[in-house]
Amino acid sequence: MYGLGILRGLGVVFQHFAESVFDDIRWLGKRYYNLEALRVRQGAKGRGVFTVQYPEERLEIPEEFRYIPFLIYEEKPDGTQEDRCTSCGICAKVCPPQCIWIERTNDPKTGRPIPQPKEFYIDIDICMNCGLCAEFCPFDAIKMDHDFEIASYDRTSAHVYDKAKLSKPVSYYASIRPTNYAREEAVRAAEAAKKAAKKAAAPAAEKK
Amino acid sequence: MAIAPAPTATDLKLEERFPGAVAKDTRKNYTGYIVAADKLIEVATAARDQLGYTYLSSATAVDYLEEGKLEMVYHLYNLGGGPALMLKAQAPRDDAVLPSLVSVFPGADLQEREAWDLFGIRFTGHPNLKRILMWEGFEGHPMRKDWKEAYYEEDGKPFEARWPGGEFYRAEQNNPFGHNVKYPGGFTVEGWTPEGDKALYAGMGAITEAGSAMKTDHIVVNLGPQHPSTHGVFRIVVTLDGETIVDLQPVMGYLHRNHEKIGERNTFLQNIPFTDRLDYISSMSNNLGYVLAVEKLMGIKPPERAEYLRVIMVELTRICNHLWAIGFLLNDLGAFFTPALYAIKERELILDVFEAVSGSRMMCNYMRFGGLVRDLPAGIEARLRELIYERLPRKIDELDGYLTNNEIIRSRCLGVGVLPREQAIAYSMAGPVLRASGVPYDVRRAEPYSIYDRFDFNVALRENGDTYDRYVIRIDEMRESLKILQQAMRDLPGGDIQTGKPQYQARVPAGEAYGRVENPKGELGYYVISTGKPNPYRYHIRAPSFINLTAFGEMCKGHKVADVVVILGSIDIVLGETDR
Repeated sequence: MYGLGILRGLGVVFQHFAESVFDDIRWLGKRYYNLEALRVRQGAKGRGVFTVQYPEERLEIPEEFRYIPFLIYEEKPDGTQEDRCTSCGICAKVCPPQCIWIERTNDPKTGRPIPQPKEFYIDIDICMNCGLCAEFCPFDAIKMDHDFEIASYDRTSAHVYDKAKLSKPVSYYASIRPTNYAREEAVRAAEAAKKAAKKAAAPAAEKK
Repeated sequence: MAIAPAPTATDLKLEERFPGAVAKDTRKNYTGYIVAADKLIEVATAARDQLGYTYLSSATAVDYLEEGKLEMVYHLYNLGGGPALMLKAQAPRDDAVLPSLVSVFPGADLQEREAWDLFGIRFTGHPNLKRILMWEGFEGHPMRKDWKEAYYEEDGKPFEARWPGGEFYRAEQNNPFGHNVKYPGGFTVEGWTPEGDKALYAGMGAITEAGSAMKTDHIVVNLGPQHPSTHGVFRIVVTLDGETIVDLQPVMGYLHRNHEKIGERNTFLQNIPFTDRLDYISSMSNNLGYVLAVEKLMGIKPPERAEYLRVIMVELTRICNHLWAIGFLLNDLGAFFTPALYAIKERELILDVFEAVSGSRMMCNYMRFGGLVRDLPAGIEARLRELIYERLPRKIDELDGYLTNNEIIRSRCLGVGVLPREQAIAYSMAGPVLRASGVPYDVRRAEPYSIYDRFDFNVALRENGDTYDRYVIRIDEMRESLKILQQAMRDLPGGDIQTGKPQYQARVPAGEAYGRVENPKGELGYYVISTGKPNPYRYHIRAPSFINLTAFGEMCKGHKVADVVVILGSIDIVLGETDR
């Protein structure tokens, strides 16, 4: 019989509508701005739509989420900042669209390179957010950010990030990626301990 | 259905069958046969009719600049399964002419046009040898090794300018707009009329020759390139008799970026994130095909856990893709967006998992040579279980219940765009389109890669080859994917996810390799040649979205304009992959 398909189709729409509305009522107005409610609705038994009222309501960003890279600096107790980056250039070499530009610092006296970047540019229009730079950095100096709301009005002036704009403290990194941070710190501590042990062993060996 | 064991590609002894015309390819780490150009059609016909290699999967060219040769590489398969029979034919670079295989394998049509367009090989006997991805009037053949793109810096990445003296400049500063495209001599925008279009319309009967005053009823209509029903920037030129399609030509290349040339500039590792951007709905399986090809060259295998995780991600991708395909097929039928949004609701949850695992919802970039980027983060396994055992089965049943017996879908799809079995094979169709026409060919079964030989699943099969079967087979395939996913979750072992230390400079020995996977849209193949350098010498993609369009015209003839949109939706293309 013709027309039955249309009725059934409208029934489908009504079912979706009803599931969502009844579920909203069940939460007594606590359904929105409530990640707990969202998780239940997205869960195994959940029904109804799980739309989020962005930008007022936001999803939790998973730790591994990656967007434009940033550079990490350590905050020393005396208030100075020390870049982790040694300008070894691995990130610039591994970058698929070649959007990283690094200028190495040279010692003014000897002319030899010193392990610190003089300038560091990333053209964020070209960056494809692949995360290879962060993955292969041997010093944990460049990491992927979580900040994705970076639209601007002018690409020529605002979209080339220099070192000042890219640099963020290590505490920020620890706040967005706690698990990664803890794991990397453990490795760094172990390496530092190994180095110290070697140093302690070296003079002892000399004495013999 | 019993599958006859296929002879392996090497024991065919073609050189004894065709003395003087065929020789084994003896270059180091190369396989297959080099066929004399004048015997190519004869050998291909014999391979098809006598040896059972009825399916031409891929046809592509390689430019050997130093030897002064262009080489066509054909991958033929036996539909009973087994490895490829590789045929190669060579022609000098300065006068590259080869016989066209369209008369033997009609599926070579678009692929030979691509080889003409990008490499400048002329195929004698090709019915319609025109440019396909570049515009008619473009100068040069961009995939030739001595052709340089507008923003050319160096032959291979990494570029010298980036480190250690990184003085930043924009590419456009060096190459201001207006001089960034190579135009032919004497070209002006005002004085130019698109010759390609004129020829195209004339070929389709729109422009009558001067002098013939015969008035016909045929009109030519352009669908697209800017039209939502074409799933991107894709143009369909149709000749109509009333509302009936008389002739149909797909016109593509609007999203062309010469992905393969970029791939040859990249290092091996740098290509992985670029593969995400091919079929951007199934980035995980794009990764897998490329990684498999390079792993073949490197001779490494990922650890067990990585294999299982790869399968899990790839099968989730298949479900994503099919949900998307079914949702948008409904859109194409005129049910504007409500069914599409219902269909992709669960896809959001799968993308949430991808985001947590790989860092990005769609551009996953998750696989590496010999493993994966990282293991599953905490809590994701539980969410995967929820999805695989509860939500996705429910979703698929729901879609099946709503749609499969819907009278509108049945009346619009049954018997529309029929592609018979023989034609589907001849036109090199792949994936759900091939299987909906009654050919049980699935790379996961025919030539199992990764660990697919361990799972118990059926190759979905439908017999009629119409739009309706192409819809139903996607429901079937999602159910089979769920079976694989449930087995993979059950058996998921612990352990490492990477063999050896991850390295940013992959050492890839010289040679050729072809890695193919059953992508949601069909067979995705990567033909990679390494010369031992950091950058691949050749990087070709056998794109299912592109090759599945070969039979599009045939499928549409005799139907109405509105059906063209539905048939295109049932082929399921993504323009990022079609145009590359």
